[in-house]
Amino acid sequence: MAVVRIPTPLRPHSGGHDRIEAQGATVGEVLGRVGETYPALRERIFDGGDLRRFVNVYVNNEDIRYLDDLKTAVGEEDEVSIIPAVAGG
Amino acid sequence: MSGSYVSGLKCRLCGKHYPKEALNFCTDDFGPLEVAYNYDMVAAALSRGAIEARPRTMWRYRELLPVDGEPTVGRHVGCTPLIRADRLARALGVSELYIKNDAVNHPSLSFKDRVVAVALSKAVELGFQTVGCASTGNLAGSVAANAAAAGLDAYVLIPDGLEQGKVLGATIYGAKVIAIEGTYDHVNRLCSQIAFRFGWGFVNVNLRPFYAEGSKSMGFEIAEDLGWRAPDHVVAPMAGGSLIGKIYKAFKEFEQLGLLDGPVTARMFGAQATGCNPITNTVKTAATKVKPVRNPDTIAKSLAIGDPADGFFASQLIRQTGGWSEDVDDDAIVDAMRLLAETEGVWAETAGGVTVAVAQKLIEQGKIDRNGSTVLCITGNGLKTQEALIGKIARPVVIKPTMEAFEALVEAEAPALAAAGA
Repeated sequence: MAVVRIPTPLRPHSGGHDRIEAQGATVGEVLGRVGETYPALRERIFDGGDLRRFVNVYVNNEDIRYLDDLKTAVGEEDEVSIIPAVAGG
Repeated sequence: MSGSYVSGLKCRLCGKHYPKEALNFCTDDFGPLEVAYNYDMVAAALSRGAIEARPRTMWRYRELLPVDGEPTVGRHVGCTPLIRADRLARALGVSELYIKNDAVNHPSLSFKDRVVAVALSKAVELGFQTVGCASTGNLAGSVAANAAAAGLDAYVLIPDGLEQGKVLGATIYGAKVIAIEGTYDHVNRLCSQIAFRFGWGFVNVNLRPFYAEGSKSMGFEIAEDLGWRAPDHVVAPMAGGSLIGKIYKAFKEFEQLGLLDGPVTARMFGAQATGCNPITNTVKTAATKVKPVRNPDTIAKSLAIGDPADGFFASQLIRQTGGWSEDVDDDAIVDAMRLLAETEGVWAETAGGVTVAVAQKLIEQGKIDRNGSTVLCITGNGLKTQEALIGKIARPVVIKPTMEAFEALVEAEAPALAAAGA
């Protein structure tokens, strides 16, 4: 199963976990599955069906905006990271 | 001084309040957190006279900078020269032009000393011993230098392949400098994870709300040095897109506090390199989302941020103030670095070339009014980006140590001068 990395400040909404295993063939499916288990986390990451403006998602080392967004394929060994976009500069 | 000028942090999207803590994003919607001030208290404490009576450093505006006690890091930062640039003005065809020269900021020769002074003073207040940053170069040097002076341990993460002056200019201070295989955006993502995992104070990650406020001091100084007024136009380089917004915020805060003669009508202009122009693209297409640049390719490495955190806000501000944004290629950047050096005696880094070249383009396009006042923000020093000039400017002429050799040289280069001297 793919592993989803949760930003540390959001752990209160992920049962205290910073890594959550989840099934799914795409980023959308994997995050959807996480959201079913942790609805409060889903609400923070998604605005309707889209990722919120300041949420970035990476599959391993690549930003999904350079791949296929939420339709980006996810393998069993892949790591999906949720990263706050407001950093740097 | 009490710390009550700052009431806490506030989400820029939903307005949720947070205490003064090391957190850069809202845990409800990931929106950026910004410092919230008690402006009534600031107004009671701050006046032109109070400011003018203080030492010439950025801390003369301390009530509008988010440090609770006395600043402990970067106490000599800021108040760099605002130069009336008449020779460059003639070359560009405008009547009133100024250079805000942060190439000579103390201690590390870039505008980043402003943000680092605030971020590390805050880091000390919050009890951090280890600090860090994700940097395209200038921030690396500033964090390393200021952390060294404050006795803090520093981890500086940069993309591999930066200019030697930037790398040495961080390592010399004893910081742990780590080059990442990848772009700045890879560095930034990693730092976002490191900061919270290790509980360190990363100036542009978890300390970012405080850090970013430091850039306002550039705007405060511009307005004060213009005689307590905002200029008609500001041209600022854009990497993450924060600086341009903070300069404008500075003008608006001064206006709100009644410190300016007349209202702020400044139009804000953003400058990028063509090889990394996500914000310029957003402005030109009136897009509502910034399309990131995957692999930036420009000699202006300090501006090579493909996924700018404040790109959305910067593009909004530019359009709202009636400004514009342009980008220029590497040749134009070098030409503009030379123009600035030859007309004003200011050697800026590549990002300064971007700013001057974009200003020139905007003036030629008619976007900048030739009769208004214009301030160009020079944010870094040419000594740190020498690679960009190698092979692009003349090498010294080598002659024998004799008068004959010199006379022959002058004869060849300038016969009229040689005749006058004869």
